[in-house]
Amino acid sequence: MSDITKQSLSELVENIKSKKLSSSEATKAFVERSEKSKELNAYITEDYANALNKAKTFDEKPNLDLKLPGIPMAVKDLFCTKDLRTTAGSKILNNFVPTYESTVTQNIWNEGAILMGKLNCDEFAMGSSNETSFYGNVQNPIDKNLVPGGSSGGSSSAVAAQLTPITIGTDTGGSIRQPASFTGTVGLKPTYGSCSRYGVVAFASSLDQAGPMAQNVKDCALLQEVISTYDEKDSTSIDFKRNEYSKELTKDIKGKKIGIPKEYRVDGMPKEIEDLWKKGIEYAKDCGAEIIDISLPHTNYALPTYYIVAPAEASSNLARYDGVKYGFRAEGENLIDMYEKTRSEGFGAEVQRRIMIGTYVLSSGYYDAYYLKAQKVRKLIKNDFDDAYKKVDAILTPSTPSSAFKIGEKTNDPVSMYLNDIFTVPVNLAGLPGISIPAGHDAKGYPLGLQIIGKAFDEQNILNIAYAMEEKINFKNNINDWWIK
Amino acid sequence: MSIDLKTIKHISKLSRISVHEKKAEKLAGDLNSIFDFIEKLNELKTDNVEPLTSVAETTLKLRSDEVKSKNLREQIIKNSPKENEDYFVVPKVIE
Repeated sequence: MSDITKQSLSELVENIKSKKLSSSEATKAFVERSEKSKELNAYITEDYANALNKAKTFDEKPNLDLKLPGIPMAVKDLFCTKDLRTTAGSKILNNFVPTYESTVTQNIWNEGAILMGKLNCDEFAMGSSNETSFYGNVQNPIDKNLVPGGSSGGSSSAVAAQLTPITIGTDTGGSIRQPASFTGTVGLKPTYGSCSRYGVVAFASSLDQAGPMAQNVKDCALLQEVISTYDEKDSTSIDFKRNEYSKELTKDIKGKKIGIPKEYRVDGMPKEIEDLWKKGIEYAKDCGAEIIDISLPHTNYALPTYYIVAPAEASSNLARYDGVKYGFRAEGENLIDMYEKTRSEGFGAEVQRRIMIGTYVLSSGYYDAYYLKAQKVRKLIKNDFDDAYKKVDAILTPSTPSSAFKIGEKTNDPVSMYLNDIFTVPVNLAGLPGISIPAGHDAKGYPLGLQIIGKAFDEQNILNIAYAMEEKINFKNNINDWWIK
Repeated sequence: MSIDLKTIKHISKLSRISVHEKKAEKLAGDLNSIFDFIEKLNELKTDNVEPLTSVAETTLKLRSDEVKSKNLREQIIKNSPKENEDYFVVPKVIE
């Protein structure tokens, strides 16, 4: 079978199920393409030999009733994988080999998929361009020296370049949706509590969610169906009735009410983004949806709130990296000196910056002024969405305020980097599901995405809207394999 | 507000990250621009707003208090940076 790597996940599953393709053939094809694509730097750790062995074992006694039968897959290096190094993009975890498996990846292997390797990401998922990774920048397959977005930059690059048929990322403030938007792919951040956080390296625990990153909406729905389970090992996992997202997927969205929040028309937003949004509104109307103007009055306060809440939680979560129990250790004259040198040498600049912001806003005398204030504003932001959802079923916005930028373009100005997440962060603060779908190109030919935000636990609805709009948009990614010699 | 070098030194100590003089100046600049941005929240009056502590409006589930995994010592010690079969090893703390 030719062009195996060009097939979508759904096509691969169908071909394996109908025995037109074996797991070994599929795995070999994706491994070979990954090996030819080292210049993208999408992988941190490759596990190709094991993957090929597992595929062979699968083919000897194939269970074709599984949802992902013998499908090779690489995952973001933030998920703990038993016996395979998990770095979170950090020097401090350079030699960390988990002795257990994350629930989300376990769910994937239980359905027959095969691990190919671990994908690059911003250090501890803190970044919007994959430039904070200890393992180097990732190239966007769209164009040379273009960032793939972040923090799930290795994941977005690998899916867009077809090094893996599908993958998973994590999203704390936009880390699935923004890279999906930058690479012309589909990314879903599920409702908080939908996917277990057990075994996912923690960044900001009240915001972190794992989710699928795919080439199309149907594939995305299938993986969401596999990874979303109630898990008693995560005390914030929620036991709600989950849909069979791929089976129940429909393009019939007639009469759905879609809200357009006026506050998302931010100052200085490029005309291309405004035009894309208008086009999106037309597509939604064409699908039979009803468009309703809404207001989310506290939108402008979401990023400042996020940059208190997320670093505060990060400073607490990352206190565990002390050079004692696991990970990198620097030698010191005494215990305190060892801690301080370990953390200074083991963490990169952005992670140190965020730990320090978090430590400061939680420190004695500042807690009320910053952290408590942010939690109150977070409540106002959530109330905005609750009010809006009395009138609409979903909300349509651009995914990002611009297309992908050049490597190095924003590294010296943290605040301009943070502004990338202006449309995605409110969704995490309110714990809602959001999906980014590719919807067009800018003048440079770079992809642009639209975001559909849903009610809590209403993934099916936003997947359906995305599925219907995807057909109307008929987006084609322009990738010419420039990195393959 | 303005974060000076003395404050950086204080935060550095609290967060157990050593910061050299040169790095401290750059860090103070970065943190000041970030805090300028954060100060925007002061435009909002929030005296009567309840802080949001969890987006999920559910109570925590209870489970029976049972040991489900045991004999994990080897696994727990396995990734420690200094090898010793029984303990985590740290620099001497008692003279």
